[in-house]
Amino acid sequence: MTTTIPIGPFHPVLEEPEYITLEVDGETVIGANFDLGRVHRGMELLAQEKTYDQDIFLVERICGICSASHSWAASLAIEDIVGCEVPARARYLRTIVHELERLHSHMLWVGLAGHIIGYWTVFMWGWKYREPILDALEAITGNRQHYAWYRPGGVRRDVPDEIWPNVLKIIEEFDRKTDMLTGAILDDPVILGRLRGVGILTKEDAIAYGTLGPTARGSGFDVDIRRDEPYGAYSEVDWDVIVQDGCDCLAVAVVRLLEMKESVKIIRQCIEKLPGGPIDAEVREVPRGEGCGHVEAPRGESFHFIRSNGTNMPERHKMRAPTFNNIPSFRPRIKGETISDALLIFAVIDPCYSCTERLAIVGPSGEKLATSKDLLRLSHEKTEELRKNS
Amino acid sequence: MGAMNWGFKKSLWVFHLNAGACNNCDIEVLDCLCPKYDVERFGIKLVGSVKHADVLLVSGSVPRKVVPQLVETFEQAPQPCAVVALGSCGCTGGIFKDGYNFAGPVDKHIPVNAYIPGCPPRPEAIIDGIVKLIGKL
Repeated sequence: MTTTIPIGPFHPVLEEPEYITLEVDGETVIGANFDLGRVHRGMELLAQEKTYDQDIFLVERICGICSASHSWAASLAIEDIVGCEVPARARYLRTIVHELERLHSHMLWVGLAGHIIGYWTVFMWGWKYREPILDALEAITGNRQHYAWYRPGGVRRDVPDEIWPNVLKIIEEFDRKTDMLTGAILDDPVILGRLRGVGILTKEDAIAYGTLGPTARGSGFDVDIRRDEPYGAYSEVDWDVIVQDGCDCLAVAVVRLLEMKESVKIIRQCIEKLPGGPIDAEVREVPRGEGCGHVEAPRGESFHFIRSNGTNMPERHKMRAPTFNNIPSFRPRIKGETISDALLIFAVIDPCYSCTERLAIVGPSGEKLATSKDLLRLSHEKTEELRKNS
Repeated sequence: MGAMNWGFKKSLWVFHLNAGACNNCDIEVLDCLCPKYDVERFGIKLVGSVKHADVLLVSGSVPRKVVPQLVETFEQAPQPCAVVALGSCGCTGGIFKDGYNFAGPVDKHIPVNAYIPGCPPRPEAIIDGIVKLIGKL
């Protein structure tokens, strides 16, 4: 006999509103269903109503943690249409901010994973070590998150050279703390017991379900956009792609822990090699055309497609965030596990539901009701309503 | 000072509700609890159910699907319960206010006692907002 256990939508452990139903037989999970849509904000249509410069601010707010990845991917898409060359200094500055973001995102995940398995110490440690990274980001970009740092053609502000010694000091300190934390986590028999052999995702499944990022690399699938299709300064610095063959939650955790060390390496080299010169290619007009850009976000691939009709607003702006292609891998992972491991398995891809929400209203005979015209109409009606009320 | 106000004076317990936020406000709320800011020193802590809470902290632009749950959560809260709208989205809708799925901001659906603007508000701003809220109650 199967029982259904609801989790959410406002669950104290999950930060975001999502509603998960687990089908269980005794204590064994035999299936999982998701009910999303509580964070759907209509980004793609909003992006089509804003200018290219404003779009960057909008796509940053897809997700609070991947904001550099999304704005970089959108900038790459626009640069793809324009066909401009980004100055070297801008490429290095972009890379530094992107890797700092990866550091704080991975550390945040380590903390949350510790919190989920009941290790408050890991949570507090992880989040304490993450704070200096946010300070470094604030020193470079002016904000702790949502940096407003990328723009089509380059970066928005230049950085005085005096801040780099301080940033270097912060990441060296972070590197030492990461070593200590990695050692502490991988030496703890209880943490290993909770992670090892739990939530198996085989390499075949990882490929079949289309996973990317640390989720795929934890299953032995060697893929990283930073190496496979270099952008920014990644082809000019020395670093390694971390791949683990364990296929379980431990492998993904190890990938994230070791990737932080690689990120520190990248930042250190970028700061040492940072060239001078202009920071912006001064994109003034976007011609008619199509372009796409993708970057390796902390969780996977962040992909942006833009079609321009020659005006100052995109005709179509398609976004695909990392969680979108990692979510389906829950199903092979969760089958046959116990309820107590369920939350850990949900968290192992570092889900970000605000990235993932899609809208498709399907009618009784299967036709799509919410076409872009319908959405536009809804949007216009809403504006009218606001105008009437004001 | 009545018994109710006396109860608000110290150790506010907070229930945090993400009504369609991009995670950033939520992360900054958790940051307040972490070693650097550590508001638990003052007895302020996050609780798992709104029925235990003195303060309902709502972040996000309130998409349509969240509205019934937002109102229901507020109705379940034992009164008096102070409501705080967090972040630009919670206060005004911010960059999402023209979206087709936007049904907010928060004060359109439930009465709000304090607004903490910012995208995202810094932990200091959140703490300052809560301190001002305590002074006001």
